[in-house]
Amino acid sequence: MNEIGWIDGMLRAARPAAMAALLRRFRDLDRAEEAFQEACFRALRHWPANGPPRDPAAWLIMVGRNVALDDVRRRARDVPLPDEDALSDLSDVEELAADRLDAADYRDDILRLLFTCCHPALPATQQVALALRIVCGLTVAEVARAFLVSEVAMEQRLTRAKRRIAAADLPYATPGAVERSERVGAVAAMVYLLFNEGYSASGGTAHVRAPLCEEAIRLARLLLKIFPSEPELMGLLALLLLQHARTPARLDGAGEIVLLDDQDRGAWHRGAIAEGLALLEKARRHRRPGPYQVQAALAAVHARAARAADTDWAEMDRLYALLERIQPSPVVTLNRAVAVSKVGGPQAALEMIAPLARSLEGYFHFHGLRGALLLQCGRTDAAREAFDRAIALAHTPAEAAHIRAHLDRLAAG
Amino acid sequence: MLYAILCYHDEDVVNAWTQAEDDAVLAKRGRVTDPLAAAARLGPAARLMPTTAAVTVRSGADPVVIDGPFAETKEQLLGFYVVECATLDDAVEIARKMGVGETGAFEIRPLKLYLPSTLDAAAR
Repeated sequence: MNEIGWIDGMLRAARPAAMAALLRRFRDLDRAEEAFQEACFRALRHWPANGPPRDPAAWLIMVGRNVALDDVRRRARDVPLPDEDALSDLSDVEELAADRLDAADYRDDILRLLFTCCHPALPATQQVALALRIVCGLTVAEVARAFLVSEVAMEQRLTRAKRRIAAADLPYATPGAVERSERVGAVAAMVYLLFNEGYSASGGTAHVRAPLCEEAIRLARLLLKIFPSEPELMGLLALLLLQHARTPARLDGAGEIVLLDDQDRGAWHRGAIAEGLALLEKARRHRRPGPYQVQAALAAVHARAARAADTDWAEMDRLYALLERIQPSPVVTLNRAVAVSKVGGPQAALEMIAPLARSLEGYFHFHGLRGALLLQCGRTDAAREAFDRAIALAHTPAEAAHIRAHLDRLAAG
Repeated sequence: MLYAILCYHDEDVVNAWTQAEDDAVLAKRGRVTDPLAAAARLGPAARLMPTTAAVTVRSGADPVVIDGPFAETKEQLLGFYVVECATLDDAVEIARKMGVGETGAFEIRPLKLYLPSTLDAAAR
């Protein structure tokens, strides 16, 4: 990995903890974000020469805090600017900060920040978008993709959310028990989207960003500890564990996508699957099904099949039908179509997805699946057209390479 | 005498171990338990899933099922070993060796009843 690569990874990993601490200090989203950005620039300048600090988050918090204080002083114009050397010499400062801020403190901070972003004064979509942007450091483009909307629309949505938070003068304090239980649904949604972003990274060259997935799993576990009897949180954690268990088999040596059918199931993480299944069983006892539990049940069908051919597609179809009922969405129907194609053939699946053409026009997987179904029906020209559309919409090289392999096979045949 | 060595640790810490760190801890434990197994002094050992997967049944006239672990404490019961030792001192020594470089705690409880396993370990 090149130099910027490892620093970028460290900055990403440290971001939630650093942002949470800076926000707690400044109680202002924009100022905390600016301070974090500036600290990152300084990290890029200092770390290649001096090596990474022992605790990157503590380093960033310290530098970010000093930078923002400078800024405040500069605006006040009554205090002389501090010496740059003092700022650059961070070895002592860093040690102090690392001692003061133990890991448990960070954890609390992050979850508190999530609950803060999910303030009821904001519409649900803005809550989650804001949390993804602020807590997880996703770019506007990445957040926009998670919501299947344009970048411009998301930028406006985020600006409105920040303005509303500022206008309401929301306290960045720990919400109490009542507020927490009111906001837990939005926080769970944000954890879910964070995981999805890591599972199918939208930017850069990496198709899978495992640290985002692991952070989401950690947060889901924390949430379940706070609300131990909430079956949807059991379902959420089960879902994330079952999906993440497949990570070792999802990309081949060259970094290209390996489809579920072709994955080496022996490489799946058995421990994570066992825990996911245990949580799902525990959730079912409550007899209060919800979207996360159903999605976990879907993932469990794959996890239980020793070979792809053993997959219980009729059960998948049944579960997707249930999900369509409790959480209707074109993406759910698209996924159900895969199960339908296995049970009832490609023509039935094509008919099922035909009405989705408008709403999923800009969705890579819609055109990818459509191409594969058309191919199964022997309609090669239409399949090629669909694959061409898919390639144009691919977000990562792995996605594009996967579709290109289809096209190459078509050309060869 | 048979002793149970119960492993208590902060599960947030244990969950945060990387695969390499986890492997290293198990390898270190193995260096303590392998000689015991060779001397036919090692009973079953188990590692428990996180407490988020736990359910507690509180017994009484009207038994209650509660989601979560039995006790809300910083350190949780994460696993156990059964070992045969001539003296408590031997058991303490084994636990001490197991825990070198770790931050958790081991509770040593003499066994009152021991039912040998009927599970096929190879199938687990």
